Parts: sequence; C-alpha cells; structure tokens
Amino acid sequence: MNVHEYQAKALFREFGVAVPNGQLATTPEEAERAAKALGSPVVVVKAQVHAGGRGKAGGVKLAKSPAEAKQAASQILGMTLHTPQTPPEGKLVRKVYVEAGSNIVKEYYLAVLFDRASEKFALVASTEGGMEIELVAERSPDKILTTQVDPNVGLREYQARDLGFRLGLDGEQIKKFVPFVMALYALYQEKDCSQVEINPLVLTAEGDFYALDGKLNFDDNALYRHPEIAELRDPDEEDARERAAKEIDLAYVGLDGNIGCMVNGAGLAMATLDMIHFCGGKPANFLDAGGGADKQKVKEAFKLILRDENVKAILVNIFGGIVRCDLIAEGVVAAADELGVKVPLVVRLQGTMAKEGREILARSNLNITPAETLKEAGELAVASVKGAA
Amino acid sequence: MAILCDKNTKLLIQGMGKMGTFHAGLSRAYGTQVVGGIHPGKGGTVMDGIPVFNTVREAVAATGANASVIFVPPPGAADAILEAAENGLDLAVCITEGIPVIDMARAKAALRGSQTRLLGPNCPGVVTPGQCRIGIMPAQITRPGPVGVVSRSGTLTYEAVDQLSRLGIGQSTCVGIGGDPVIGTNFIDALRLFQNDPETKAVVMIGEIGGSAEEEAAEFVKAHMTKPVAAFIAGQNAPAGKRMGHAGAIIAGGKGKASDKIAALKANGVAVSPSPATIGETLAKHAAGVLGE
Repeated sequence: MNVHEYQAKALFREFGVAVPNGQLATTPEEAERAAKALGSPVVVVKAQVHAGGRGKAGGVKLAKSPAEAKQAASQILGMTLHTPQTPPEGKLVRKVYVEAGSNIVKEYYLAVLFDRASEKFALVASTEGGMEIELVAERSPDKILTTQVDPNVGLREYQARDLGFRLGLDGEQIKKFVPFVMALYALYQEKDCSQVEINPLVLTAEGDFYALDGKLNFDDNALYRHPEIAELRDPDEEDARERAAKEIDLAYVGLDGNIGCMVNGAGLAMATLDMIHFCGGKPANFLDAGGGADKQKVKEAFKLILRDENVKAILVNIFGGIVRCDLIAEGVVAAADELGVKVPLVVRLQGTMAKEGREILARSNLNITPAETLKEAGELAVASVKGAA
Repeated sequence: MAILCDKNTKLLIQGMGKMGTFHAGLSRAYGTQVVGGIHPGKGGTVMDGIPVFNTVREAVAATGANASVIFVPPPGAADAILEAAENGLDLAVCITEGIPVIDMARAKAALRGSQTRLLGPNCPGVVTPGQCRIGIMPAQITRPGPVGVVSRSGTLTYEAVDQLSRLGIGQSTCVGIGGDPVIGTNFIDALRLFQNDPETKAVVMIGEIGGSAEEEAAEFVKAHMTKPVAAFIAGQNAPAGKRMGHAGAIIAGGKGKASDKIAALKANGVAVSPSPATIGETLAKHAAGVLGE
C-alpha cells in the first residue's frame, strides 16, 4: 500500500526523522493561509498524488509569498498530472502540500528496503540525490552504497556511522546523520514498511538533514496489525476495479486487451495471459479467483470482468485442486444467465470434479465453448474475439 | 527414494482449523501417516480420528513425528515454523498465505543452522506419488515416475504435472516452493536434492516473474547438475510494478522480468518452454535420452 507524501512526512515526524514544516491544502485559499502560517520566505507547493516525477510534470512550484502560493495552488489543484509513473490517463490532483523552503547545500539519496537476494534489510544511499536512482545505478554503480542489516540484530549505530563516512560526511555531520538513519530504520520496522525512500535527503546551510521528499510503501500482509496505517489508504489513488476486487478478496490487475480472464491461482493466471499472447490475442485482465472460489465468487468475478467495456470474450481457466469444478460450473452458468453475458465464453475445467462441471455447462443451453487443454482454451478464446471483430 | 517425504514420513498438522482438518483427511486417504494435530488447549482430544496435542513438543514425544504441515493463520504462522524447528522436525511445510515479510525474514534468519528444512510459506506443499502427500495438492493427477517437479506456483504446478502424466511421464516428487519473497527451500535447494536422488532422471522447473531465484538456479544447473532440466517462466506479459497475485511476483525497478530469466536459463543449458501448454513436451524432448521410450 502507498501513501501520500504529506502522510509519509507525518509519520517521519512521529519517529523523529526530520522534515521541513508543512501543511496540507485543498483550496488555493488554504494554500495561502498555510504559506502565511509557515512564515518562510520561500515555500514549495507540491501536488499530492501517488506518483514520482511530479516536478518535471509541473506539479511542484516555488512561491515567494503567500499570494504566489495561492496562485501556484490554483494552477496545480484540479490539473491532471502526467508523469512516467502515472497511468496513461494521468492523475487528477485534489490536494497540495505547502512546505517551507530549505537552504540546500547538498542532496543525497537514502532508502530502506528488503533485499530479496540476501534476505536481509538494506540501507541504500548515494551522493547523487535528486536524480532517478535507477539511472545512477545504471551509469555509475559505484555511487550506490549499501549496508545490509540482519533482521534479528537490527541496525547498529556503527553501521549508520560507516554509511555516513562512506558518503563523505564529516564528524559534525555524522552526529546529525546517525540519529536520522536510526529513526528511519525504526519507522520501517515498527510500521511494517516494504520500502522507505527519501530523494532527496538534503543537507542545509545550517548543517541539518531533512527529508525533502518521502515515499513510503507498506507490506499489505501486515496491515492487519496497523489499522492506523490502513486508514491512510486513499481510494481516489487506486484503480476502481482493483479496489472492487480487493473488497471481494480477488486479485485483479487491469490490462489493455479484450479477452477477460478468470483463473484460479496466481501462477496459472499469469500463464493464461501468456497463453493468450502466444495465440496472438491480448488479455483484458489478470484475475486470480483464489482457492476458495465458489458460485458467489464466480459471479462477482464476472461482474468485475464485465465492468471493462473492452472485453469482447471471457476465458475461464480452472485447474481444480481444492476448488471443485462442478461448483465453478454452476457459478459460470448462474453468472452468464443472471448477468446476461453477451460475449463469447470459453471455459476450460480440469482437475477435481471436472467431468461433472463440463456436464453442467453442456446442460445449460447457454452459448459456452468448452475447452479441454490450456492450448485449446487459448486458441478458442482468441478465435472468438477475431470472429467478433 | 524420492525427495523430502516418502511412505515413512510421520506427519503432524499444525493448525487444526477447517482447512487443516480437511487436508489432513485427504492426506491420510492418500496413505500418508498423519500421526497428530496441534491445537493448543485441546490436547488429549481426537479430531476426525487424529489425536490432538497442545504443543509440538508433546506431539513429537508421543508420536515420533518427523514432519509437519502448517495451516496456522498469518499472525501465528512464523511462530509455528519456529516451534517446528525447535522440536527438531526434519521438514516443516508452511501453506499459510499472507505472512508479513518482516516476520518471515526474522524466522528465516533464526532457522540458520537448524536441522529443519522449511518448505514455503504460501506453497501448495509436496507430493511423492503413491507414497506421501503433505499440503493441498490434488495428488490424483500425479503418477510415480522419474521426473522431479519444482515450482513457485500452485495451480500451474498441477498444469505441468497433468501435462507430464498425460504424456505417460510420472514424477518422483512434486514440490511447490511458494510464491512469497522469503521462502525456506528455494529452487537451488530442490534442484540439489533432485540431482542427488537416484530415482529422479530429469527435472521440470516452473518459475515466475519477480526476484532473481530463477537466474541463480540457472547458474546452479550449469555448474552442478548432470540431469536435464526443462523450465517455464510465468508472467511473460505481466505489467511492471503490479503485484500479480503472489506477493513475490512483481517486476520492480526493471528487475525480475521473465525475459531475463528465460535468457539466463537458456544460456545455462535449460530447455525453456515458450508456451505454458508445452511444458510436458519440452521436458519429454529435452530428456528423451535419459527417459528412454
């Protein structure tokens, strides 16, 4: 789960990770008042959307007076932001964060993440702050510094100190840097983050470190023990269909093709997308109905698939292990009937109770094309779309 | 021989809820020795014919169990793994999906040096055809034979096993290693076990996007395996930055792409099936020399 910059910074503050003063605003007038209250000669007005690259896209503006802040906010609020990280239709800006300006001397990069290869946590830092870190990693990998942290030992001060000296900091700077890093790691652990990224981390003329930007991602699996984090979810930032899927406990990812898919199991669902591509078609979605798929869930899944107007055919691919194919077949028949499914329907049932399932489909008098193998299912689904076009 | 489990395995069920009890029944029907279940506070009772114990310690002392399967819900699952390890079981298979990464990272680090092999979490378990079923796999689609199957996915494993069985090719052991970012037994561990198992003649490996386990496995195959390996990688058309069902199946920062994994496998002598429908055929062709007619 992602949160907004202003929410991330509130958590930073709570844990003692230094951030500039700032206030949230949803109208130009609020932005003006915020700028006045901050009392800083320069403020920055920043679009609050779940995407990086906001500055280049015009979503971040400097203002030298409250009046300028009001004007900047009126330009940013309501704009549709297009950055490399937004979906094709862009993201509507509903909120801005007004933040006191900083006297920046130098910009760094700092992140905490989980390194899958070593199965340890890692601090990642660079002197090349403010740039895209992937580019730095590609062009000058020697400028990416990492420190691995044993999950059961935790981050030790000597590690933070060592990282600071490797970044070229002096003794006075280290005294400020170490508690900053320790606090950031504590936040990561206590709130079950999956990534914390500060880019840039700035050193000011006054000799302080501040998180000028902040990106926080949380482990969805741990949200059950952090209701205060789950509350930070912003439904406006999520794909409506993916959100609806989550509510009924289905894993759904919208894609740009025209063959809707309903599959049990994540691996088989991915392989079904691959099969459709292999046969020359394009899938409209990834949908894992999970191990508990029953009649009601099949119906909900169909509703979800049909919300996508691009869908010209539906492919159901079930390999029953725990899931019983006869129950799936009943669900498919009920859904096709009650929802009045007009698009071609290709159904492949294998495994537990597959024979019974196929008989239910055959008896239904609905226009359902049965498939025996994965290959046949892919070919029939792709052919049905071509026939419809 | 087979790997991980056989007819001598004595299995405990940690988490005798609805799912644990149901699959305990299926495993027993398949011929697996299910010797006990753990349900704190219900020790001394019997559920569905399975004697129940309060702790793994009590169960091991009473039954001589050497393996367990874990159905405990996410908040207690990492604990259940550590309890299995502390009591010296040879194998702990964790089916639970949705364990927080921090919990698993700590548990995995604590397992270092332990004699207990962890399989999973978020895995379908392991089946040695005709001998032992641990977990939730539909064992009826398997048949005894010479091919080892190892996979990060559940249902896609069934697909691969089914393709092999339809071609008349049986399996030595079918292992699901799980789709989470932190897992116990990885591809390399399973490949090493298959390489050392005299009954296994060839291996099918099913990977997916995310992480770099397939790339590492590819290098292991070249350096340490004499048996032919065929593979398939799921998620060749997955968009970047989206979690595809499994917590570990995500292309992040340009890493974990299917194309990189396929290239690494091919470069190291693994036959890669281009389509998910030809996994069985690819293995049959690649391993024709060792499988015979």
